[in-house]
Amino acid sequence: MNANGKANTDAHWPAISFAVNGESRTVNVPPMKRLLDVLREDLHLTGTKEGCGEGECGSCSVRMNDELVNSCLVPVLQAEGAEIQTVEGLALDGELDPLQQAFLENGGAQCGICTPGMLMAAAQLLAHRPHPSDAEIREGLAGNLCRCTGFTRIIESVAAAARATESNPATEPALEQTNHAR
Amino acid sequence: MRGNAEMHELVAPGSLGAVLDLLAAEPGQWTPIAGGTELMVAFSAGRLNAHKLVNLWGIPDLRTIEATPQSVAVGAAATFLDLRKHAGLNAEFPLLARAASWIGSVANQSRATLGGNLVNGSPAADSSPALLAYDAEIETISVRGRRKVPYSEFHTGYKRNVLAVDELLYAVHLPRRFSRHRQYLRKVGTRRAMAIAKVALGATALLERGVVREVRLGAASLAPYPTRLKQTEAALLGQTLTRETVLAARRALLAEVLPIDDIRSTADYRRRVAVNLLEEFLLELRREGLLP
Repeated sequence: MNANGKANTDAHWPAISFAVNGESRTVNVPPMKRLLDVLREDLHLTGTKEGCGEGECGSCSVRMNDELVNSCLVPVLQAEGAEIQTVEGLALDGELDPLQQAFLENGGAQCGICTPGMLMAAAQLLAHRPHPSDAEIREGLAGNLCRCTGFTRIIESVAAAARATESNPATEPALEQTNHAR
Repeated sequence: MRGNAEMHELVAPGSLGAVLDLLAAEPGQWTPIAGGTELMVAFSAGRLNAHKLVNLWGIPDLRTIEATPQSVAVGAAATFLDLRKHAGLNAEFPLLARAASWIGSVANQSRATLGGNLVNGSPAADSSPALLAYDAEIETISVRGRRKVPYSEFHTGYKRNVLAVDELLYAVHLPRRFSRHRQYLRKVGTRRAMAIAKVALGATALLERGVVREVRLGAASLAPYPTRLKQTEAALLGQTLTRETVLAARRALLAEVLPIDDIRSTADYRRRVAVNLLEEFLLELRREGLLP
């Protein structure tokens, strides 16, 4: 928002175009405006939340060009031409994504502030590792903080969503993640 | 105070050449931004001093990993996720791949770049101990051409480095001669993810009939910038790994490091952990040396 409380969709800024949830969008905003603020203020996609504003909490996680990013750390100019998926893009025609269904059924959401980010981090993980190990789930969500659930139910929700999804053998190799001497 | 996007100019000249032209035309005026995991934090908090930024994200020449017979060159804008996913790098430079897995979280690794980690120059930089242990070389680029400096000479002080105002960090070269070396890397932090190192130590060494022929020790959070522990290395070179050698190396380390008390840890704890990491590495090395 600017000082007058209005969104900066203003023709004197350059046009920046990208796709959000499969839909082409163009905004005229300062190039340094955070993707998070463009999503919320200019595109009115308020599912994406702001927590810390410094890349520590993961509340603002979205998927951009098949990578998980903290949208609070992306100047919108760097989203030019990108394919972005937000939490609003998970459900299809009112039908919940298996991840959303699993979070509902397993108590993966309480106050809900971290939930959109958790869902996007989990969606990114499952897109690359459809049947992740417990350690992989924990690593995939390690940048997303929750102050309600104690994490266990969230991790169980992701595991349940993975079980609910048809087996897909086209999975990527696991990434090494030890912190031990060798 | 919140950062105000209208107060900061951000331009995307597109090609590497155009970026270098801009840096040369207005030296010192422009701050390069790649993945933004450092600068955007400062921006959000309203403490980003740079008012003119030039975009490096998305320039293909900078996001590469290429091998020649002598070395592997990692482009400055290769992300830590790129490093973790690169099979060749994992096989040949496992310490760097492991260091990449320490960077923040997946959402940080997808954006944070190797060059950004080095140019930012945190004393606690996750990639630095591995690069020091691998004797990496930095290649810089400007309209005046390219030059190389050993990574161990890249940092010149707290958050200071050898880059001229018109220069970019272009690539990091990893010499391909460590396959026979014993390799070690360990970080001590508060938790597994999203933690900044209290202390980290990277090491490579080569034993010949029980004698230390080569050793490189790279440390984070033990000095104002990531640094080789050259006195400690000197205490080890040409020695067999007796109890006395290990004790002498511990003393040399304590004499050359300059840790501080800060919000993450104390100087005293850092010293204690650092010598223990060193000893852990040396005992592993000795066990290895005793094998037939």
